[in-house]
Amino acid sequence: MRHHTIDISGCLTPHKSKMSDRYDRAITVFSPDGHLFQVEYAQEAVKKGSTAVGVRGDNLVVLGVEKKAVAKLQEERTVRKIALLDEHVALAFAGLTADARILINRARIECQSHKLTVEDPVTVEYITRHIAQLKQKYTQSNGRRPFGLSSLIIGFDFDGTPHLYQTDPSGTYHEWKANTIGRSAKTVREFLEKHYTDEVAVSDTETIKLALKALLEVVQSGAKNMEVAVMRRGKPLQMLESEEIEKYITEIEKEREEEAEKKKQKK
Amino acid sequence: MALASVCGFDFKAGKSKLSLGFGEGFGGPSAVDALAASQSFTVPQGIDISQNLARFTDEKSDVKIHFDHGTTTLAFKFKDGVIVAVDSRATAGPYIASQTVKKVIEINPYLLGTMAGGAADCSFWERVLAQQCRVYELRNKTRISVAAASKLLANIVYDYKGMGLSMGTMIVGWDKRGPGLYYVDSDGERLDGSVFSVGSGSVYAYGVLDSGYKWDLAVDEAYDLGKRAIYHATHRDAYSGGVVNLYHMRETGWIKVSQTDVQELHFKYKAEKK
Repeated sequence: MRHHTIDISGCLTPHKSKMSDRYDRAITVFSPDGHLFQVEYAQEAVKKGSTAVGVRGDNLVVLGVEKKAVAKLQEERTVRKIALLDEHVALAFAGLTADARILINRARIECQSHKLTVEDPVTVEYITRHIAQLKQKYTQSNGRRPFGLSSLIIGFDFDGTPHLYQTDPSGTYHEWKANTIGRSAKTVREFLEKHYTDEVAVSDTETIKLALKALLEVVQSGAKNMEVAVMRRGKPLQMLESEEIEKYITEIEKEREEEAEKKKQKK
Repeated sequence: MALASVCGFDFKAGKSKLSLGFGEGFGGPSAVDALAASQSFTVPQGIDISQNLARFTDEKSDVKIHFDHGTTTLAFKFKDGVIVAVDSRATAGPYIASQTVKKVIEINPYLLGTMAGGAADCSFWERVLAQQCRVYELRNKTRISVAAASKLLANIVYDYKGMGLSMGTMIVGWDKRGPGLYYVDSDGERLDGSVFSVGSGSVYAYGVLDSGYKWDLAVDEAYDLGKRAIYHATHRDAYSGGVVNLYHMRETGWIKVSQTDVQELHFKYKAEKK
């Protein structure tokens, strides 16, 4: 079928039908009541992903992710859900792992590209904005679907301020003191809201313990089911060893027992 | 087009218009997104610039594009910021076209650029730089650093390397790292330094500048050194003259210190010798 298209300069040109035409129409279109269903479905995919928690302290930022049980024959190391974007920025995600890989690659390149053109390391806000803009592009592109993941981005700016940002499939981003994405996010967020205080933020150990406590709400107890990373000012990202995590968990369980004892005694 | 045929350009049939595009073969800029458009590489269609340029700059050619490099500009860092001093003469061969050219381009209240080489190249690209700096500021909610601003300019002109741009500029500013001074030219060179002088009169300016330069200069001593160096360059270099425009880049931004006729300086320094 012969039809004409109007190009960018306003000229009418004849248009030959091509196979790719059928995919030229955007997949993400508005519904009559103003929803972008593809984006909302992507957010559903995120809700099915494994939980990730981020907590910002005054001197460190913690990321914790739920590690799904590793199959017997699988090598454990290949399942990494916390990625380093640059020396001072790290990312954890919830949702489609393959999509995350693409975004992480692009973000890593952008961190270096920024260093090359501006001669300064990225601020956490900048790289978050870059990732969010990329996600948004895919909600408004021909034949492409949105990225099916939300991410938590932590890091320190050049001036030493810690940050925690969250992005979602629609391309929006916000800064948080503590947040969670993935499975049971609502429950965990309520927990964080109840227990995050300025006193917690001041203490490094309390900040780490809060992240672990939040994760324990949804994860079966045990360092085997968690991956925890800590970013301190001026230091490289530190992945906590399972022994260290176990130590914190034991401490947490002891505190809980003591709390339970106190309550019993009151009665 | 008459000019095109005189210059010997042979346009391919069907592409008889000289329009802006992405190099050879494209029908026009594709509006993918605003980001890409702002970085688009505008170049005349259907011609390989780097190969055709030699035709014009060749001495024996009938049609010659002659670039004026006559000028003296200088800048130096010291404990209280950066001093920028320039002359104001524009020449076309032996003809003095103007004695009142503004060779310092005020990019924004905390960034200055100097002009040496092709006047149009300098002022155009430094205005593009001003636009990029402003966009950076709006996007990142913080001022652009001098290093980044100079790199933006250097990267832009590098794309046009070999195509005949003539620009030798110094980007001067004050950012979180302190006073900043970078030399950027159309060869793609970008240098960080404390003292630079650019132009046909720079050799004379360097002599005076280097002999009097200290990091610990007092502000008025620094002003005097800048003026003196330009004056001596204008005295010996035929292509420099007019007035000395003096700027001072401080932590709070730049100020225009003075505009002094070199003749005035001539008699002043002469009197000092007695």
